[in-house]
Amino acid sequence: MTDQTTTDPRRYLSHLELGEPDKTFLDTNELVINMGPQHPATHGVLRVILKLDGEKVLGTECVIGYLHRGVEKIAEHRTYTMFNPYVDRMDYVAAVSNGLGYCEAVEKLLNVQAPPRANYIRVILAELNRLASHMLWLGTHALDIGAITPLFYTFRDREEVLKIFEKYCGARLTTHAFRIGGCLYETYDGFEDDVKKFHKFVTPKIDEYEELLTTNRIWVERTKGVGSISAKDCIALGVTGPVLRASGVKWDLRKAQPYAAYSEFDFEIPTCENGDTYDRYLVRMQEMRQSLRIIEQAVGKIPDGPIMAKVPKVMKPPVGEIYHSIEAPKGELGYFIVSDGSTQPYRVRVRPPSFVNLQALDLMVRGQLVADVIAVIGTLDIVLGEVDR
Amino acid sequence: MPDEPKSPSPTPDPKQTPAAGSAAASTPEKHSAPAKPAGPAALPWDSPMVSRLKQRYGSGVEASSYLGQNYMVVDSSVVAELLRVLRDEERFDYCVDVTAAHYLEREKQFDVVWILYSFALNERIRVKTMIADGESVDSVVSIWPAANWLEREVYDMFGIRFEGHPDLKRILLPDGWKGYPLRKDYGIIQQDQEWVQINLGIESGQ
Repeated sequence: MTDQTTTDPRRYLSHLELGEPDKTFLDTNELVINMGPQHPATHGVLRVILKLDGEKVLGTECVIGYLHRGVEKIAEHRTYTMFNPYVDRMDYVAAVSNGLGYCEAVEKLLNVQAPPRANYIRVILAELNRLASHMLWLGTHALDIGAITPLFYTFRDREEVLKIFEKYCGARLTTHAFRIGGCLYETYDGFEDDVKKFHKFVTPKIDEYEELLTTNRIWVERTKGVGSISAKDCIALGVTGPVLRASGVKWDLRKAQPYAAYSEFDFEIPTCENGDTYDRYLVRMQEMRQSLRIIEQAVGKIPDGPIMAKVPKVMKPPVGEIYHSIEAPKGELGYFIVSDGSTQPYRVRVRPPSFVNLQALDLMVRGQLVADVIAVIGTLDIVLGEVDR
Repeated sequence: MPDEPKSPSPTPDPKQTPAAGSAAASTPEKHSAPAKPAGPAALPWDSPMVSRLKQRYGSGVEASSYLGQNYMVVDSSVVAELLRVLRDEERFDYCVDVTAAHYLEREKQFDVVWILYSFALNERIRVKTMIADGESVDSVVSIWPAANWLEREVYDMFGIRFEGHPDLKRILLPDGWKGYPLRKDYGIIQQDQEWVQINLGIESGQ
């Protein structure tokens, strides 16, 4: 292979200040190994170079970019409307949230407001998507650390969410559900019933997952105290989302700076104290319940009215810059858009939660075992499509 | 082919007038080439924090607010110190994002933008500075460790160097890649052919 990047992994570790390996009667050697990019537990194409002393991790270095498609460059060559479907391909397990953030950012730039009915539909779909994203996270995370059963359960239930998406907009994964200014599609006949049915169906399922794992001794041993991170470190490293909340910071953009219709619903921000893998698991389980709570409130009182604001066919936002961010399932997802007054954005910057959260991996796994690296990658809930864009 | 480049040549699209560069400046109407029906204008932003910073840095700080979002345009000579003050004294403890934008026609070609958030104040601001091609800015990794990868990405995409960064190297593109893709003179289907041929063993990545 002539690939320059694999010739000497050691040079990636140049900046890591690594201590001497422990001296025992058997002389130990430091070992540098590659994990990934093709590895089932890296959830995509993430390559982690590990420096090990036996099974202990001395330091890591992430090599990313295998899935880089230049989304931000593409944006500069598309109109605002044409770029909309591209954002779904970043965090493809939470496409609705990606689209919501982008549409709201452009709406802000255009200075238009989506009508209330559209906002309700947006909230319902975004929360359904949060459930789908968390379910996928739970299944794969559990699978990574040895519990196979939850995967089948969560994929079975996630299917119900995808069915609703499919009925609503024809797509299951990269939904492109929203348009700038509101929603393109009116809810289909029986949408409310489907959502209510889903709510009823899935509420006991979450208890079922918890029954399988929360008090399961193997699960607890594999996750408690693994990959701890303090609230201070989280903030310093820019970590957001469930990871931040599991470390004890009660911060959620849906509450801190409400968007769409979130200010109208009653829900809690679940937090935990220890910031370890187990706590992050608990926080996400609680978040699923809170999402169901929001869905239940929203579906009962979707207001009547238009679903699309008055936006021009040819969008030319006035010259200016805007940053808008939402609480995606993984954390703060932001869009920084610069308009030069033409039909195409001058610059679109996506602030991806997975990318920033992944920075914390090194801190979280130092001094832990190799097997815990798998657990920590799982618990960070990264999607490489979003890390690399 | 739908991916036809809009402007493969280094000459920028005529639509992208220099006005875009001064978007954030206080008088956007004056520069924008086609006199659009006046959009929302940037208003001056005044707060105790702004006056404290203005007192300290004088004319180096220009604070405005656009569509309810506050930002400062700061002279590149004081920006590093100002960012530290924002963290230490004004409680902006969370660095949301570091990014940049390229304006080919301007003398100072790059906008470098820091997006900051304060958990205590629930407030988000942007700090922006302008630098010329080849100039560098001070790294903020020592202030917010979160900036580490974000600065690497800016370096990777724009070629802006951050002085004092612990390990400034490419992050999304391969190490040996030539060129900085998010610059405006880098075409959308442009690539480092040599790298592709050597490393992938194919004629072209297109």
